[in-house]
Amino acid sequence: MIGIPLSHILIFSLILFAIGVYGALVRRNIIGILISIELMLNAANINLIAFSKYTSLSPETGQIFALFVMAIAATAAAVGLAIVLALYRVRKTVQADEVNLLKW
Amino acid sequence: MTSDQIIWVPLLPFIAFIVNILAGRWLKNRAALCSIATSSIACVIALPVCWKVFNGAHFAHQGTWLMLGTVPLKFGYLMDPLSATLLFMVTIVGTLIQIYAAGYMHGDPRYSRFFAYVSLFMSAMLTLVISDNYLLFFMSWEIMGLCSYLLIGFYFEKASAANASLKAFLTTRIGDIGFLLGFLTLFTAIGTLNFAQMNTIMAGAHGGPDALNTGLLALAALLIFCGTIGKSAQFPLHVWLPDAMEGPTPVSALIHAATMVAAGVFLVARSFSLFMVVPNILPIVTAIGTITAFMAAFIALTQNDIKRVLAYSTISQLGYMVTAMGLSGLGAGTFHLITHAFFKALLFLGAGSVIHGAHVQDIREMGGLFKKMPQTAITFIIASLALSGVPPLSGFWSKDEILLAAFGSGNFLVFGILLLTAFMTAFYMFRLIFMTFFGTARNHDVHAHESPSLMTVPLWCLAVGSVVIGIPGSPFMHHWFQKFMAHMVHYPEYEPSAFVMTCSVVVAAFGIGLAGVMYLGQKHWAAAVARTFPSFYRLSFNKFYFDELYSAYLIKPFNALGRKLFGFDEKVIDGAVNGTGQNTLFLSGLKNWIDKYIVDGAVNFMGTAVYFLNSFTKRVQTGFVQNYLLIVFFVLIVFLAFELKF
Repeated sequence: MIGIPLSHILIFSLILFAIGVYGALVRRNIIGILISIELMLNAANINLIAFSKYTSLSPETGQIFALFVMAIAATAAAVGLAIVLALYRVRKTVQADEVNLLKW
Repeated sequence: MTSDQIIWVPLLPFIAFIVNILAGRWLKNRAALCSIATSSIACVIALPVCWKVFNGAHFAHQGTWLMLGTVPLKFGYLMDPLSATLLFMVTIVGTLIQIYAAGYMHGDPRYSRFFAYVSLFMSAMLTLVISDNYLLFFMSWEIMGLCSYLLIGFYFEKASAANASLKAFLTTRIGDIGFLLGFLTLFTAIGTLNFAQMNTIMAGAHGGPDALNTGLLALAALLIFCGTIGKSAQFPLHVWLPDAMEGPTPVSALIHAATMVAAGVFLVARSFSLFMVVPNILPIVTAIGTITAFMAAFIALTQNDIKRVLAYSTISQLGYMVTAMGLSGLGAGTFHLITHAFFKALLFLGAGSVIHGAHVQDIREMGGLFKKMPQTAITFIIASLALSGVPPLSGFWSKDEILLAAFGSGNFLVFGILLLTAFMTAFYMFRLIFMTFFGTARNHDVHAHESPSLMTVPLWCLAVGSVVIGIPGSPFMHHWFQKFMAHMVHYPEYEPSAFVMTCSVVVAAFGIGLAGVMYLGQKHWAAAVARTFPSFYRLSFNKFYFDELYSAYLIKPFNALGRKLFGFDEKVIDGAVNGTGQNTLFLSGLKNWIDKYIVDGAVNFMGTAVYFLNSFTKRVQTGFVQNYLLIVFFVLIVFLAFELKF
């Protein structure tokens, strides 16, 4: 089978994950953070698919995991966006550094 | 043997007691009905059984109550001539007195309680009569003592009544302890408490070699006789009975004349086979009885309270019965017990009727009551004639039997004293009658009236009894009663003596005549006699100074001892208790200090320390979500670095 070697895909997903981490840590907009988290999840999904394709005897295993992760990511995004919406209604902001009530 | 219904005789009054004591507040005047009904039914049940016994039957039944090791303790009833006679008397006299009491106690605030106590008493007395062993006998004996205490102190608001009840209870207790020790000694000696078995053992002792420990038996008999001395108010424990007159008059009639005090004589009669076997005890019994009879009659000569005269008369007559027992006259003693119960109950009820009608008790304030209360007066005179021993009334026959026993057995000193006592008996009874019912009214504030028929009907019933109850023991029925008693235990009998009868009649007539002269005719004679023999008069009037002697030599030392012990209690025992308390208080203070400063201090220090540390560590919580995320990543990286061995 001619294709992209596994190491390439892993490097790609590593880059994608690193972008997600960077975004989650530095973005001040909460929606940006959520998007970054989605990036990280998708990097993980790519890993799952790649390992499934290259090493597993039954490739469906990894694909099913990926589907589960997508569904959970969708619900997480829904809940996260609902929290952001509620926050915005109360505090009139979506900036993470302006929301620090939950401290000592 | 269909006589088991006899157990209902004591049970029924007991049921009445339960009902009256629990439901008395709702029953009110019906309490009397309850008591009288149960007593009457008991009478109806008892009389046919008595009749069978009079015709020669003999019933006994017993069941095991508990085991003493391997010895079974059996309770049961015994219907022999003695118990049948007593049962006959107690049920009839008891019922009549309760009917009378329903009228006498009318309007009393503790009406139902009175009848509850009386029913309990009846129950105990009937149990005592039919019991077949000493233990059951003793139990009912003690319940009677309790009832006596409760009823003497029935008007406990009066200090004198409360004191009298205590005195009666404590004095009889001395005798009761003797009785208890007595029958326990007997149990040690012969191994049974059953009357029938005891009679068999004692009957065997007469014939063969004397296998019994007579020393122990003599001790037992003497101790049992202590019970009689206490309960039947014999010298020297007679002092409680006159004071017991503080109780309501029907109680005096029922308990302190007819039944309970006679139980002491009954006890000697029950133990008669024992007394016959042991030597040297019967003379003591005779001596005590004779002293009591004479002394009490002598005191009665000068008493002015109508009930006190009767009380001393009762003691005197009980002395007669005990003397009869001491002279081996079981039949004579029991016979006098029965006749005395009838006429003395009648005398007390008559006295109660006088008190109820005239509202005074001192005979010096009475006089001329015959016209105002004729029924009471006539029945009272009948009873007095019977008591004085005027033929053919019941008292004559029974007293004659006792005199005969004294004369026949050769105890002429006893015979003489008893004759003198009989003379004094006739004298003081008719002194009482002449001062109460005849002459002129001395106190014009007394407005006497006849008692209601609820009270006079029992008087008449008892009057009839007082007249006819002597017939079964008289020559008219060939001394049937004495022979009937001899079925049970053999004892000597004496030929009737015309000399004894003549003496008896002459002293009675002389006593009545002298009383008539002194209190109806020559009224200054009484005072003259008192002046002529001042020491005798004072001795009689002050009751031989018994109360004063006991007070000085027994009660005061005991009180002094009591006060000493109280002082000891107060200083040493209370001191110890208080000292312990103060020590505890001091220790508690110490513990409180430790708790407050050391234990609490440690706990508070922990809290403060944690709070202080927290003031540094809490800085980590910034509230910025991304800070936390950063920490997570750093930690992850550090872990990965360790894991991958960088």
